[in-house]
Amino acid sequence: MLRLEKRPTPSRFWLYATPPVAVILTMIAGGILFALMGKNPVEVIRTIFWDPLFGEFAFYLRGQLLVKAGPLILIAIGLALGFRAGIWNIGAEGQYIMGAVIGASVGLAVFPTESRWIFPAMVIAGAFGGWAWAMIPAILKTRFNTNEILVSLMLVYVAETILAKAATGFLKNPEGMGFPGSRNFSSYPAAQNAFLYEPLGLHWGGVAAFVTAILAYILLTRHQAGFQIKLAGQAPRAARFHGVSPARLVVMCMGISGALAGMAGLFEVTGPAGQITIDFNTGYGFTAIIVAFLGRLNPLGIVLAGFIMALTYVGGEMASTSLGLPDAAIQVFQGMLLFFLLAVDVLTNYRFRLAVGAH
Amino acid sequence: MDLGGINPVILIATLMASAVPILLAALGETVVERAGVLNLGVEGMMVVGALGGFVIAVETGSPMLGFIGGAVAGALLSLVFAALTQVFLANQVATGLALTLFGLGLSSLGGQGYNGIKPPPTGQLLPDALADLPVVGPILFGHDWMVYFSLVMVAVLWWVLKATRIGLIIRAVGESHEAAHALGYKVNRIRLMCIAFGGAMAGIGGAYLSLVRVPPWVDGITAGAGWIALAIVVFASWKPWRVLIGAYLFGGITVLQLNLQVAGSVIPVEYLSMAPYLITIIVLVIMSAGRKSNGAPASLGQNFHASR
Repeated sequence: MLRLEKRPTPSRFWLYATPPVAVILTMIAGGILFALMGKNPVEVIRTIFWDPLFGEFAFYLRGQLLVKAGPLILIAIGLALGFRAGIWNIGAEGQYIMGAVIGASVGLAVFPTESRWIFPAMVIAGAFGGWAWAMIPAILKTRFNTNEILVSLMLVYVAETILAKAATGFLKNPEGMGFPGSRNFSSYPAAQNAFLYEPLGLHWGGVAAFVTAILAYILLTRHQAGFQIKLAGQAPRAARFHGVSPARLVVMCMGISGALAGMAGLFEVTGPAGQITIDFNTGYGFTAIIVAFLGRLNPLGIVLAGFIMALTYVGGEMASTSLGLPDAAIQVFQGMLLFFLLAVDVLTNYRFRLAVGAH
Repeated sequence: MDLGGINPVILIATLMASAVPILLAALGETVVERAGVLNLGVEGMMVVGALGGFVIAVETGSPMLGFIGGAVAGALLSLVFAALTQVFLANQVATGLALTLFGLGLSSLGGQGYNGIKPPPTGQLLPDALADLPVVGPILFGHDWMVYFSLVMVAVLWWVLKATRIGLIIRAVGESHEAAHALGYKVNRIRLMCIAFGGAMAGIGGAYLSLVRVPPWVDGITAGAGWIALAIVVFASWKPWRVLIGAYLFGGITVLQLNLQVAGSVIPVEYLSMAPYLITIIVLVIMSAGRKSNGAPASLGQNFHASR
């Protein structure tokens, strides 16, 4: 019978091999799911993973990849810092919404002033909005030892209510003929997050994602704070003896991830989404959790993982229009990916051995 | 006997029904966490249970079979969690989150043909003669059988955890898995069974949502109920009786804010609908403030690998 045996040191091979193996297993399991739904599995998998890159409409879809990957990468890097330290901010969706609402409010407050400082001010306000929303669970955690998982998640529902209020109330377009939704930023150039290079789908959010990935990589490998984050996650007791303050770490990790999620929200609402609507948020805050794990909580890995996840979004939309695959099937597919990732990950720290004798 | 357009008798009677889903899910999770496992996938198991229960009740016409179907669906999904955390030793927090994301997708995929369809009604258990009594009638006798089932489960779990050998083993595994292993108990097998039980309870709770509380079927039917159930377990310090108090408190707030919305209160609708979540946060803060351990099982969230 097979039994698990702990490796003396984690396997470097499996550390890097886990994500590709998980993606392949997900394709197989997803193919079975699609076949059960009466679709041709090979065709669906090709539509999701191949066509956006090399298919007939690839010239347009390749640009869409970065549009989707940008916010996912930005949010996931922030989350990964916390996850590494054992701080579970799972309310990024709420911080994303609050960043968008507060950042957009700043821009709409000065409408129709034209100044080159408006957009940067909105980005800062967006980051502040996400940061402030993340500070609620962070401070409750440090002051009262309240579970940050539950609080940050509850705040997602609160943020969604505030968003609904913004879209139908205080940010509603006064010239919108009564329809819910704010002014459209595409008709307000000073506050618009326009494409810098359209064929690649590059806007300021994409730039921010790459810069953040590099900064986070430097933070984790070269900086004292990065060392403290890793130490606190792997050996909490040793971290305390080393003089790492758990409270400071919580405030720092939650703050960074909140600010990044808020920024992502602002870039989205002023760019691809275009305006504040009741449902402009599409669950990036939750999908980013999968991206963080798929990227092995490593900033550079997360950049790659962000693109793979973006592929499932872009390809999923293709499969939905051309093959009639329901959107929910893609959500199931993404969930499966995380399952397989977590399952295969056992091989990093353990190995299977044939056990001799009765067991 | 109306207070600001709200009848207190009807309020109590409705809160007992509206608390059933979170009460059942929280009771299941209490057992899971007492065994030392933190399953954050309650929301996912509930929503899959809601779908399973709904589909089976609609197809067979029997709400009873529907609740059983909900339990089976929830338990099946929880076995994915059990396999990942107990066999593959995956991180429990991450796996629980994955379970929720996966479950939400699965239920929205499976529920596509059922939008707007109504399930067969789950009737009141006791005869009208009792239910029509003033005041005590609606509160004590006017419910469907699931309300009584949830109350019976509170008592059963309290007794099992407190006074039986099974309860003792579950608590031992949750407090110190090393010691339980040394005594010869199969830690991971016991945890697996507790996880399946928790999944079944969450599934029944979800089925109550789709069969009784919110028919017809809508996408994302649970709307955070699973997360609130998790919060109630913390609120209750992992004790079944206090889970009952927490669930009824929460059910009361939900019903009250809905009634206030209908009665045309001066407080805007948006603030009323965020009230349940805000109050959950406040209660969590009060329960966790000033105490170090707040009664959590000592091995909560830690995986066990028998090296010998």
